[in-house]
Amino acid sequence: MGDMLTVAWKEWRELILLGGSLRGGRISLVILLGLFGVFLPFKAGAEWVTSPATLFYWGWLPLMLVAGAVADSFAGERERHTLETLLASRLPDRAILFGKVLAATTYGWGIVMAMLFLSLVTVNLTARAGHLLLFPWRFAVGAPLLAWLGAGLAATAGVLVSLRAATVRQAAQTLNVGILLLILAPVLGAQALPDAWKAQAGAWFASVGVDGILWTATAALALLDLLLLAVAMARFQRSRLILD
Amino acid sequence: MVEAVIRTEKLSRVFDKVRAVDGLDLEVPAGIVFGFLGPNGAGKTTTIRLLLGLLEPSEGRATVLGFDTRHQAGGVREKAGALLEHHGLYERLSAEDNLAFYARVWRMTASARRDRIRELLEPLGLWDRRSEAIGRWSRGMKQKLAVARALLHRPSLLFLDEPTAGLDPVAAATLRDDLGTLVSREGVTVFLTTHNLVEAERLCHRVAVIKQGRLVAVGHPDELKARSATRAEIVGRGFTDAMLALLRNQPGVARADLRNGRIVLELGESSETSPLVRLIVQAGGAVEEVRKDKGSLEDVFLTLMEEER
Repeated sequence: MGDMLTVAWKEWRELILLGGSLRGGRISLVILLGLFGVFLPFKAGAEWVTSPATLFYWGWLPLMLVAGAVADSFAGERERHTLETLLASRLPDRAILFGKVLAATTYGWGIVMAMLFLSLVTVNLTARAGHLLLFPWRFAVGAPLLAWLGAGLAATAGVLVSLRAATVRQAAQTLNVGILLLILAPVLGAQALPDAWKAQAGAWFASVGVDGILWTATAALALLDLLLLAVAMARFQRSRLILD
Repeated sequence: MVEAVIRTEKLSRVFDKVRAVDGLDLEVPAGIVFGFLGPNGAGKTTTIRLLLGLLEPSEGRATVLGFDTRHQAGGVREKAGALLEHHGLYERLSAEDNLAFYARVWRMTASARRDRIRELLEPLGLWDRRSEAIGRWSRGMKQKLAVARALLHRPSLLFLDEPTAGLDPVAAATLRDDLGTLVSREGVTVFLTTHNLVEAERLCHRVAVIKQGRLVAVGHPDELKARSATRAEIVGRGFTDAMLALLRNQPGVARADLRNGRIVLELGESSETSPLVRLIVQAGGAVEEVRKDKGSLEDVFLTLMEEER
């Protein structure tokens, strides 16, 4: 655990304090904060805290946020010739791998939490509901959980891609295409389904309700996270990383 | 008998059809600076990677600090320090953060971290610049910092892979001096790869020469130099090709050449220069000065490289 936090400490230092791979990306971060923390809550009003649609944002946003940062994890170290020294240290394989995943996950999750809090402040300042507007419990638990799993998914996939990528650019491109497919596939897939299947799916969604959909999505994301983590662990081999 | 900190037996590594390291048998005693010499592509870096357990041997075995590199590589990396082919520093971080990260890696407490970083940076003249991001530092300063990083956890064995490569002569000399001081102060065994023979001669107590993955010589630099022929350089005027031919026919003269107007002779063990000088004078030459010495480590190295061709 200590070793993992040590690796994460270094990653955070590079990522957050010094701009890291997000150099030039700080403007887009401010834009995203403005969009999801101020503009959209302002437009939605009190509905922002109750609409199930907003939950979708908190699972999806970290994917975008983390992807930019995590591509740098191994490919960046390889590109800047720091990887071999890191691998020649006493750090166990898992500490290096999990430390990088943890740093990227907490980075994306932290920003989403900041957006969530900012959006709550915006809604309370602008909706004038006459009482304090708070997220219902399923949102208060579900949004951070979905954000964590979404960030974890992007972080693990990013580390996996970055392990073998020759350059940061190559890793970032592969990751962006992957995330785009992940987002578009369910949307396009749903449209391509026969009408009878769509009706069945609609009936299922109606029967399980928002809570059911939320926990199904959470379980699916958690499963995907674990699967990718297992693949990343299997692919992390010091000798392969040195020779690559 | 001095304990060996590195011992290899028929250590080999094959990449596709290339034998980067080929049947290496090596023993490195504790407490010395061991020079591992060879031209580019000789297998020096691969050997270090094998010794650190970063690569698995194709054949043979190695033990480092008592750990088998194939099965106990974690133990080797716990106890050893390394400055590899690239300095491996994080250029966006400050010097202090670079060292602090590796101090955390080696589980040093916060106070031990602070003290050790100061202890290492002060003699290197880097303490006052510890808060600067190192991206704009000179290569020499970065190499010094990388040496400090490698020594941070007081390793009992230090691997240095061509530490002065790419430095200008002044920076290389400074780093060499600092390295010598730090290494003797820390009492660490050093495995130093280099193709800089002056560096090897100055720093190393024992050297091994490797070519195309194979060990071609090992010993104290003086022992290796003793293997080389005695060299004589005759300064004067009126030297001719006929004179050289005459000298080449003399017993004990292995080689006679004219270089920059001077006669350069390679002599056998017991060869005297006075009869040769007399011969030159009788043949019409004027001798002003005779310099006689053993060959340098560089001469030995070049001879070894030629012999193995």
